[in-house]
Amino acid sequence: MTDLTSPIAGISKPKAGRRDIGIKGRYAAERRFRAYGIAALSFGIIFLMMLLWSVFSKGYTAFQQTMITIPVEFSQQVIDPQNERNTNPQKLMTANYPIVARNALAKVLGADVNDRVAARSVGQMLSDGVRAQLRDMVVANPALIGTTQTVSLLASGDIDSAFKGQIDLKVSQENRKVNDQQVKWMNQMAEAGTLGKHFNGGIFVNGASSRPEAAGVGVALIGSFYMMLIVLALALPIGVAASIYLEEFAPKNKFTDLIEVNINNLAAVPSIVYGLLGLAVFVNFMGLPRSASMVGGFVLTLMTLPTIIIATRAALKAVPPSIRAAALGLGASKMQTIFHHVLPLAMPGILTGTIIGLAHALGETAPLLLIGMVAFVANYPTTPLDPSTALPVQIYMWANEAERAFVERTSGAIIILLLFLILMNVGAILLRRRFERRW
Amino acid sequence: MSTSLILLIVAIIGIAGYVAGGRHAMALVGGLSSKLHSRPGYYGSFVAVWAVVPAVLILFMWLVASPFYISSSVRSAFPDDVKAQSQAEQGLAYGMISSIARGMNALTNEEIERVGANPVDLRAALGAKGVPLAGDPKPYMVKAAGDLNIMTDISRITMTIVVLVAAVAGGLLAYRQIEPRFRARNRVEKVILVSLVVASSIAILTTVGIVLSMLTEATHFFTHVPAWEFFFGTVWDPRFAAAGSGGSEGQFGLIPLLLGTLYIGFVAMLFAVPIGLFSAIYMAEYASPKVRSIAKPLLEVLAGIPTIVYGFFALTTVGPFLRDLSLQLNGLVTGDYSNFIQAQSVLTAGFVMGIMLIPYVSSLSDDIITAVPRALRDGSLGLGATRSETIKKVVLPAALPGIVGALLMTASRAVGETMIVVLAAGVAARMQLNPFEPMTTVTVKIVNQLTGDLEFTSPQTLVAFALGITLFVITLCLNIYALYIVRKYREQYE
Repeated sequence: MTDLTSPIAGISKPKAGRRDIGIKGRYAAERRFRAYGIAALSFGIIFLMMLLWSVFSKGYTAFQQTMITIPVEFSQQVIDPQNERNTNPQKLMTANYPIVARNALAKVLGADVNDRVAARSVGQMLSDGVRAQLRDMVVANPALIGTTQTVSLLASGDIDSAFKGQIDLKVSQENRKVNDQQVKWMNQMAEAGTLGKHFNGGIFVNGASSRPEAAGVGVALIGSFYMMLIVLALALPIGVAASIYLEEFAPKNKFTDLIEVNINNLAAVPSIVYGLLGLAVFVNFMGLPRSASMVGGFVLTLMTLPTIIIATRAALKAVPPSIRAAALGLGASKMQTIFHHVLPLAMPGILTGTIIGLAHALGETAPLLLIGMVAFVANYPTTPLDPSTALPVQIYMWANEAERAFVERTSGAIIILLLFLILMNVGAILLRRRFERRW
Repeated sequence: MSTSLILLIVAIIGIAGYVAGGRHAMALVGGLSSKLHSRPGYYGSFVAVWAVVPAVLILFMWLVASPFYISSSVRSAFPDDVKAQSQAEQGLAYGMISSIARGMNALTNEEIERVGANPVDLRAALGAKGVPLAGDPKPYMVKAAGDLNIMTDISRITMTIVVLVAAVAGGLLAYRQIEPRFRARNRVEKVILVSLVVASSIAILTTVGIVLSMLTEATHFFTHVPAWEFFFGTVWDPRFAAAGSGGSEGQFGLIPLLLGTLYIGFVAMLFAVPIGLFSAIYMAEYASPKVRSIAKPLLEVLAGIPTIVYGFFALTTVGPFLRDLSLQLNGLVTGDYSNFIQAQSVLTAGFVMGIMLIPYVSSLSDDIITAVPRALRDGSLGLGATRSETIKKVVLPAALPGIVGALLMTASRAVGETMIVVLAAGVAARMQLNPFEPMTTVTVKIVNQLTGDLEFTSPQTLVAFALGITLFVITLCLNIYALYIVRKYREQYE
C-alpha cells in the first residue's frame, strides 16, 4: 500500500490537506436547519403556555368573590312601613331592600345616610344582587322583619375588582369607577375583617346577569350538559351502526363510495355551516323552539357523527380477522360475530373516539350562535326544550361585555371549560391505556 | 296522554313481548332449545320488534302530520275578510289563536265562561296565567282557539289508541307466527341490517340537508338580489332591516368579504405553515423518542383548545399587545405616539388563527413525512449527504404532494374558522391591503346577519345562506382536491 501511494502523494504535494468540499458550510447549514426546527417547535409550545397563562392569570380570581359581612337590620320602617304584609303579599316582594342593605353598611362605616353623595357611594359598594338575596330571606321567613341578622352581602363588581387589585388606584378618581372614599371604606372594612374574599360558588350556579358579580355559568352548564347527553345518546349508536355497516357489510359499490366520500367531506365542513343547517331545518322547517338545547344537541350530533364514524371504523379495522374467522367457524352468524365478538373488542377505541368527539362538541360555539343560543337566560332550563345557553356561548357573550370585571368572569368560565375538556381527554387517554390491545 | 308516557307504555309492551315470545318458543319444544331454529332470545326479539317498531313509526308520523292538518283546517275556518289578508297576517292570526288555545288550557271552565264573551277580559285573564297576547283577541279567534283545542284533544286521544293498538296487534301477530322451525334469527338480523343501513345513510341525509336548505334559502335571496350583484358586487352594506320596516334595500357584495377571508387565511398560513412544517420535520427526523413523546401531545393540545378561547386570547391579549407595541415603535421612530396597528386587525386575527392551525399542519405533515420509505433516506445518507440535505433534497420532494394536500385541508379550516375572526378581525367590510387594519370575513357576516331579531324573509337574513353555500362550496372544493392529491400520492409507495 505504502509503496503504491507514496509516489502519488509525493506528486500531489502542492495540494496539501483535504480537498475543500465545503463541509464546514454544510455542517453549519445542518445546524441552522436543526435550530429552525427547535425554534418552530418551541414557538408553538411557548404560545400554548402564553395562552394558558394569560387565561389562568386573568381568570383564577373569578373563583373568589369579595363579600361584605355585616349586621343587617330588617327595619319594619323600610320594608313594610304601613304594616300591610298580611293583606298584600306583593309588599314583601317589592319592598326597598337595597335601602336596607345600604343603611346597614352605612351604619358600619359610620356614614350619614342623609348625605346624598355619601349614601350613593355606600349604595354603590353593594351588588344589585342584594335586592334578591334579602328579598328571598324575608319572603322565606317574614319573622325576620324587625330583627338584626348578620348577612354576607355581595360587594359590587367595581369594589370586587378594586379589592383584587385589578383597578389602578393611582389614576385620579374621576377616571376610575371607585372613588377615594369607597377605597378608604373598603380598606377600613378589610382591616376590620368584615370585607374579604370568599370562595365564589356563585360562578358555578348563577344564571346570566348584567352584573358581573352575580353572573355565573349555571344555566350554561345545564344547557351544555343536556346537549352532551343528546349528542351521546344519538351520535354514539348512529355512528357505531353506520361504521359497522360500512366496515363489515357494505358491498363495494357506488352507493358505499358515495357514503364514504360524504363522511370524509362532512368531517371537514366548517361548523358554522351546521349552524345554518340547524336554523333552516330544525328551527324553521320543523318548528322546534329557538335557543333550545335540544336543537343545539341535534346540530352538534350531526357535527360529531363523522368524527365518531371515522374513529369507530379505525377501531373495527384494528380487530384482527382471526377473531371473525374463529367465530364464524364455530357457527355464529355474521351479525353474532360482529355484535358478540368484534364490537366488544373494538369498544375501547370507539369510546375514546366518542369522548374526543364530545370534547370537540363541548367547545363548539359558532353553530350555537346561529340557532339562537345567544340568549340572556337567567332561569334554569328544566327540559331540553327550554331556552338555555351553552358554556362556550356564555364565554362569547361575556367576552363582548365592556366591563373590566367581565374579563375576569370570562377567563373563569374558560378555565371551567378547559377543566371539563382536560377531564374528558384524560378519561379518553386512561381508557386507551387501560383497555387498548395490541394484536 | 303525553308522548313520553306513550313511548314508555310501548316500551313496556315490547319488553313483555320479548319475555312472552321467548317463553312461548321454549314451551313449544318442551324446554329443549336445540329443537328450535334460533336461540329463544331471537323469538322474543322478533315479537318485541313487531310490537315496538310499527307503533313508534306511527307515533312519529302522527306527531309530524297532525299539526299540519289541524292548522290547515283551522285556517280554512277563518272568516272571509281574514282569508283575504296576506299570508303573513294570517300567520300572525294563527299564532295568536294558538297562544289563546294554550292559555285557555290553563284556565278553569268557570273562568272561560266568565271571560269568554269579552276579549279584553280574556287577554287580562290569560296574561295573569303567564300567556301574554300581542293584541286584543277578536271573537272569531276565541272560537277558533276552542276548535283548535278540541281538535288537538281528539287527535291526541286517537293517536294514543291507534299507537297502543298497533303495538299490541303487532306483538300478537308476531307471537302467533312462532313455531319451532320459524327462522326468527334471520328475521331479526334483517331488521338490524336495515337499521344499520338507515344509520349510515344519515351521513348522506346531512349533506343533502345542508345543500338543499342552503340552496332554497339562497334562491329566495337571489329573488331579492340578482346573483351577479351578490357574487361580483364590491360593496357590502346590507342596511339594517328591523322587522316590518322592509323597503330599504342594501348592497350585498361578496367580494370584500371574500377578500377579507382569503387575506386573513393567507396571514394565518404565513405563520402556521413554516412553524408547523419545521416542527413536523424536527419531530419526524431529529427529535429523540422522549422529546417527541412530550412535544407532540403538547402541540396537539393546541388543536384541542376551543376556538372561542383563541378568540378571547386575541381580543384581550394579542390585539392590545400589538396595538401598544406599534404605539411604542412609532413613538421611538417618529416621536409620534400613535398606534398604526388596530387592536382588531387582519394581523391579530391571522396571527392567532395561525397558532391554532400549527397542530393541523404539523400532525398532518408529520404523518406524511414518516410515511416516506426508509430506503430513500438511507440511500441519500449513504451517499454522504447531511441530514438536512437529505430532508431538503429527498424527503420533502417525495412528501410534497402529501404536504400540499395537508396544507389545502388546513386552508379550508382557515376559511371556515369563525370564532377567532368574530372576536378579533372586526366587522368593517372593506377592500384594502393594510394588514394592520380590520377587515371582515364571510363567517363573521353570517354570524352578524343571523344574530338578533331579524325578519326571516328579509334579504338581510337570507344573505347568510348565500354566504353559507359559498363557504360550503369553497371548503368542499379544497377538501376534495386535497383528498385527491393525498390518495394519488399514497399509491406511489404501496
